[in-house]
Amino acid sequence: MHSGNTALAEQFDDLEQQHEASSLGMWVFLATEVMFFGGLFTAYVIFRNLYLPAFEAGSRLLDVRIGAFNTAVLLCSSLTMALAVRAAQLGKKGALITFLLLTLLLGLTFVGVKLALEWRHDYIEGLVPGVNWTFDGPDSRHLELFFCFYFFMTGVHALHMVIGVGVLTALIIMAWRGKFSPQRYNTVEMSGLYWHFVDIVWIFLFPLLYLIGGRY
Amino acid sequence: MSRHVVPKKLYVLVFAALIVFTGLTTGVAFINLGKWNTVAALVIAVCKASLVVLFFMHLRWSSNLLRIVVASSLLWLAILIGLTLSDVFTRDWTPVPSNWEAQIQQDVR
Repeated sequence: MHSGNTALAEQFDDLEQQHEASSLGMWVFLATEVMFFGGLFTAYVIFRNLYLPAFEAGSRLLDVRIGAFNTAVLLCSSLTMALAVRAAQLGKKGALITFLLLTLLLGLTFVGVKLALEWRHDYIEGLVPGVNWTFDGPDSRHLELFFCFYFFMTGVHALHMVIGVGVLTALIIMAWRGKFSPQRYNTVEMSGLYWHFVDIVWIFLFPLLYLIGGRY
Repeated sequence: MSRHVVPKKLYVLVFAALIVFTGLTTGVAFINLGKWNTVAALVIAVCKASLVVLFFMHLRWSSNLLRIVVASSLLWLAILIGLTLSDVFTRDWTPVPSNWEAQIQQDVR
């Protein structure tokens, strides 16, 4: 993305302008992502209000402890990502690679817990619509709808995490090869914006799916 | 502005606040507040998201152009949710006449 050995691409006047252009592009992309997840959240709100008892029962079938644990893991990963950007700004290569690796590990932990503990457990319990649905209590059809939302929303979120893990891997290789400097760290910062955005989506998914089902 | 390097301490403070909010929102879910459970969960989520956007995503130190992009994404989200819900939740306000099919056929003739 940069020409020659300089950090400044030829179409920009200065680094400041180049940075602003990158940020603008990334934030506009994130705005489209807001609309993407916004549609899902809107649909969830509508059907939750239509079939409230079934959706509350669905929430109670999810494990709050795992949800809260994964929230903490993701918040940790946001901290390490922010610190990675800071290390890149200061040109600290070792710290940059360490923090990127930590972020990667925390991201993998999140996806691993989701797959191995939550989804696997749901499958064993027969709570996966279309794959293994054996729940035959009252209001089974509407509970199934809740689980459709649950799997689609957390699934699309997990897909974003997996993409983020790929981005982080690329960043670590680039950092290892010394591609970043205090003049040239836009790639790290923009990837950071993406990572934090995925964190924000989870900040809303956690209470909406796990918490507001009346756990008392 | 864009080169703003944030002190490590601030990041850690923001992170601590986020963890406290997570504990708070989880704890509140186990207390029966009726409708206020949902309100509390959403208010806390908005606070957490704001912390992430302002500090981790550096919007606090960003240009007005970027702030407009963020504000407009929220505006469009509000339009999406607001207009959709204002349709869905007001549908039973005016009941559909039971003989609407017969009426249409009369109008066509």
